[in-house]
Amino acid sequence: MTFLLAQLLLHPERVLELDNAQLNVLLSQGRNSRLLGSLAFEMQRVGADTQLPQIVDRHFQSARLIYEKQKQDLSYDSEKVRLALDSVGQKLVLLKGAAYILGGLPVGRGRYITDIDIIVPKDRIDEAERTLIAFDWEAADIDPYDDHYYRTWGHEIPPLTNLKRETTLDVHHNILPPTAGPNVDASLLFEQLIEVKPGIYTLSWKDMVIHSATHLFHEGEFHHGLRDLWDLDRMLRDFSARDPRFWGGLLPRAEQLQLTGSLFHGLNYANQVFETPVPAHILEEASSWSRALRKPLMDFLFLRALRPNHPQSRLRHTDLALNLLYFRSHYLRMPLHLLLPHLAKKAWMRRIKKNGAA
Amino acid sequence: MQLLHHLAADEFKERLSRGDIPLRIGPYVYNLQSNVPSVVTGIETLYADFQLAKPGEFIDYNVTLECSGILGRLRGEAKFIFDNNSPFDPIPKGQAYAFLEWGMNWCVSLHTNEYLKLHAGAVSRADFAVIMPGLPGAGKSTLCAALGLSGWRVLSDEHAMIPPNTTEVIPLSRPVSLKNESIDVIKSFSSAAIFGPVSKETHKGVVAHMKADLQPDSHDAKSLQARAMVFPRYSKDDPQQLTRRRRTDSFILAAYHSFNYSLLCDAGFEAMKTLIENVDCYDLVYHDLEWALMAMDQLPELQSGQ
Repeated sequence: MTFLLAQLLLHPERVLELDNAQLNVLLSQGRNSRLLGSLAFEMQRVGADTQLPQIVDRHFQSARLIYEKQKQDLSYDSEKVRLALDSVGQKLVLLKGAAYILGGLPVGRGRYITDIDIIVPKDRIDEAERTLIAFDWEAADIDPYDDHYYRTWGHEIPPLTNLKRETTLDVHHNILPPTAGPNVDASLLFEQLIEVKPGIYTLSWKDMVIHSATHLFHEGEFHHGLRDLWDLDRMLRDFSARDPRFWGGLLPRAEQLQLTGSLFHGLNYANQVFETPVPAHILEEASSWSRALRKPLMDFLFLRALRPNHPQSRLRHTDLALNLLYFRSHYLRMPLHLLLPHLAKKAWMRRIKKNGAA
Repeated sequence: MQLLHHLAADEFKERLSRGDIPLRIGPYVYNLQSNVPSVVTGIETLYADFQLAKPGEFIDYNVTLECSGILGRLRGEAKFIFDNNSPFDPIPKGQAYAFLEWGMNWCVSLHTNEYLKLHAGAVSRADFAVIMPGLPGAGKSTLCAALGLSGWRVLSDEHAMIPPNTTEVIPLSRPVSLKNESIDVIKSFSSAAIFGPVSKETHKGVVAHMKADLQPDSHDAKSLQARAMVFPRYSKDDPQQLTRRRRTDSFILAAYHSFNYSLLCDAGFEAMKTLIENVDCYDLVYHDLEWALMAMDQLPELQSGQ
């Protein structure tokens, strides 16, 4: 069931045994899954970079340079956001990739990000938005319906962009939309923040893991799916090695946040794809979480979506699985009486837009 | 050493359709795949003298331009595929060849960073290499094409690749891309110019590519010493002239015309500094190609005469 990219992420030294055709597949899968940066740092960590032929390592070297530049930009942009939020007495709380990188965590090494995700308390999100706009972040020019949708049914406001820096900022107030099944009390997240740089915070380790799993298993598109699963693997290995009480506290925290289901999916598939060590009793509980009938279906869907989109790694019926997961994500996000009118409206808008353009 | 034109026409087509045409292009191997007739013809014409990599050699970039599926065929659209992804919207088949060339540029622009990459043409004559940065429309490709037809070697019309902390330029010879009026200008400049398929109504207007590997050493992979940096500017009204320009201004302009100056951070600054300190910089304003060629031919003397 395994594929080249997963094998090499876990055993980077084996890159020296690959022939040129396999190296080509590896690079394609890495680029394709947005994991080339992470892979490149794994190569370097085991010293494979100096043993590979230069014509091969230059691709990994390039990925490392892209990451270093991105990290420098992220530090700069985060500091600007921090200053803006600080002017109204708000903390900068980073989520996902930005948090991993600026938190100096192993999971952040080589991690590519596409935008900066942050979270602010819901009752202060209007203030945060106004302030950021005053500090050069521009609201996207979006359709009024989409704007309304974001603000009424979303867990974030429409993205803000700094045109000069070409950076996008996603400002969240929760980790799931209010219409999704679990009713996450986001104020709990703010109680356990970690200060990673003066004035810059991340969620606690447990919350980072739970958020990452939640994001992945509510996602409708899986371009970043494998990358997100790799995040989970890296975090679980790292946090459990550094904090002996990590596993003991993880499930209670997930229950408190009502996100046990997503966490279990995450543990289960991280273990299946990346052999992530999970204590036996937790893994057992996690794999029996899906009702017996649903488990084969869930495996069918996720084990397809969580593979690189490459002829060497794609399984049969991947398109079907991706389509079903897309519908699943919408269904999870909203009850049907909200979802169906929304999808109808979006389809109608696309039609009008298309005809208008033609 | 097997060149592309050594393949029989049928074998070439068959191998191209299943993605087994690995071409050595500068320091990279591109493996090409296409079933679009204009792309097949274009590659056959413009890459005839390129070397095929041996079976089992490392491939840097897999590039596909394909018309597939019922919808694709009905609409007459082709897709650019890289790493099994389509990073761009489908394109009308009539523009497919131009897109292949852009896509091949994109591979280098986006994915390679072992060199400082300037958005510039690069040419050489008798080991005297000249880097020519320029905004789109400045006439650098037209000048590259004319130089290529007049005994100069075209190293690239798009990417001047400089190994950091050297003054060398790495050849990345490919066809020269000509747009709109430049196509006729070059056709009337030389009847020997060989063109690939014409792509109409692209976002850059009419585009055609000219075969540019016309020298015996066109595919020599060795780097060359850059000796001068020339900023060409086509202008109908201004007087034609070749004048020295200040190194500081040239630094800023060349950095602006770089794909990865900023990405390379400190190393980019050092690389640019080494380059600029060791080449003479010129502005070249021209409207007459013959005059521009004469000016370019004078460069080695200007330099030895300092």
